[in-house]
Amino acid sequence: MKRSLSSRHAASWIGATVTALCAIIGAAILILILGYVAFAGARALNPAFLTQLPVPVGETGGGVGNGIVGTLITVGIATLLALPMGLLGALFLALFGRGWFPEVVRFLSDVLSGIPSIAIGLFAYTLLVAPFRHFSALSASFAFAILMLPIILRTSEEAIRSVPRSIREGALALGLSEFATTMRIVVPAARPAIITGLLLAIARVTGETAPLLFTAFGSQFWELNPAQPMAQLPLQVFTYAISPYASWHAQAWAGALLLITAVLVLNILARLVLTPRTQR
Amino acid sequence: MAVSQPRGDAPRRSRSAAAGDRVFLFVVNAAVGLFVILVALLFLELVKGSWPSLHAFGPKFLWTSEWNPVTNQFGALPLIYGTLVSSLVAIVLAGVVGILAATYLAEFAPRWVARPLGFVIELLAAVPSVVFGLWGLFVLAPVVRTVIGPALQKYLGFLPIFQGPISGVGMLTAGLVLSFMILPTVTAISREVIVAIGGDLREASMSLGATKWETVARVVLPASRAGIFGALVLALGRALGETIATTMVIGNRPQIAASLFAPSYTLASVIANEFTEANGDVYISALIELGLLLFVVSFIVNAIARLLLWIVLRTRS
Repeated sequence: MKRSLSSRHAASWIGATVTALCAIIGAAILILILGYVAFAGARALNPAFLTQLPVPVGETGGGVGNGIVGTLITVGIATLLALPMGLLGALFLALFGRGWFPEVVRFLSDVLSGIPSIAIGLFAYTLLVAPFRHFSALSASFAFAILMLPIILRTSEEAIRSVPRSIREGALALGLSEFATTMRIVVPAARPAIITGLLLAIARVTGETAPLLFTAFGSQFWELNPAQPMAQLPLQVFTYAISPYASWHAQAWAGALLLITAVLVLNILARLVLTPRTQR
Repeated sequence: MAVSQPRGDAPRRSRSAAAGDRVFLFVVNAAVGLFVILVALLFLELVKGSWPSLHAFGPKFLWTSEWNPVTNQFGALPLIYGTLVSSLVAIVLAGVVGILAATYLAEFAPRWVARPLGFVIELLAAVPSVVFGLWGLFVLAPVVRTVIGPALQKYLGFLPIFQGPISGVGMLTAGLVLSFMILPTVTAISREVIVAIGGDLREASMSLGATKWETVARVVLPASRAGIFGALVLALGRALGETIATTMVIGNRPQIAASLFAPSYTLASVIANEFTEANGDVYISALIELGLLLFVVSFIVNAIARLLLWIVLRTRS
């Protein structure tokens, strides 16, 4: 090679520096957004904001208490819908599926995880809103459950697959039924990784806004009945943000701070649940 | 030695266990069947919902430009244009930064740097869309209007894409926000590919006397390009269907303008803005047809990306 060794090493150093800068840019974007949301959100955050109903434009105070409760209810029902089906599907993919069919399911699940949430919201609308001519939190939970399914399915499959076969075969050889082996031996052994996937799935839909527009729709009241339209924190942040009122903008930042905190805590928890197994 | 026959209630118990297993396996299979049916139903419901519009406009829905609820004329061309261009801006920006960041994390960074730094970049993917939109609207858009836009116009103003009045909300701001949102996808998957592909190639190149950078630039990255392309396609799928953040920063005007500073509109944003206020069967079904279009396009894009990544990562491991 014609170039001197020192110039080649210099090129190597420049390459390392430029790529490092790009990685730092990625991290810096998160820190910039987090920092600004914390700064702007903390100013409007107070106990009333967390517990009270929204007030009309012009009045001061008010909060997003109904939106917080609404989001908890909607995400909770979605979890109840998605978890059993996702877990059973994962058992199929990891233990019972044979031939080409599991590959098709895996492929469909991966592709489904890339379908825009607004298209899934429209599906929930045509299936559960239009026929009844009535918005409902349940239809939002249904849309959320579909968004959660691919995550639960694939992470739980990995979790179950990582349980050594010998444990399962041992239990079967000792005379345990397939059902008992799976539920009392395999699933408990895979539990931390399954919980990680579940937390990530919950984080994925907490803060999701687009499907809510025409499913849960939003509400000004304390609505606890999932068959009714229900207030949702992400919707309130969206509505307040695009409004022309400064007081609403302040509340949008506070709401965004709540959302981002919840989502980051869920993500970090998901990481922590796994750590004891991988590091010890 | 003769095998002793089970006595007492043992046979009955094992028979009931076998029956229990049959029920269990049936439930497992039913859950998977239901999942497949659900995906099929998703497609069928969207087709059913967009039927009046499919019937009224046919394929010209895709290449006519008038989006007029008053006269009930619906053509999606400006929306398709806005979706494609904003995603293209995002993929160019996030592609460059993301691939280089992935290279650093996979090749140069020591373990104690790569782990936390990689985690922080992945956390960016967790930030809700509405928070990106809020930040883009109130923080980034003013910066685009007062700093980034004028600077681009000053130095690259001879290009048509950087001409004309600079509105804070528009194609460029949307592209920037989208690029932040898909950066973690590009980075994480490219990193995975580079780590998987590198292996013995890396060692062979280094042992022949190549420097680290020569190894990365001439051996590892070229060998990883199919997988990295897969990562970009996957990220493109994300950008095409992103809704709320785009709606908040793109300006929401159905037009085809050469300038990136001009407001635009995307398929997903139109649905988000107009659906709950739409009246009339044709209007609603035209909006659902936009959703169907998004579904079909992102299905194809994701299928391509997954197949590519599946082939690349499978053949290596």
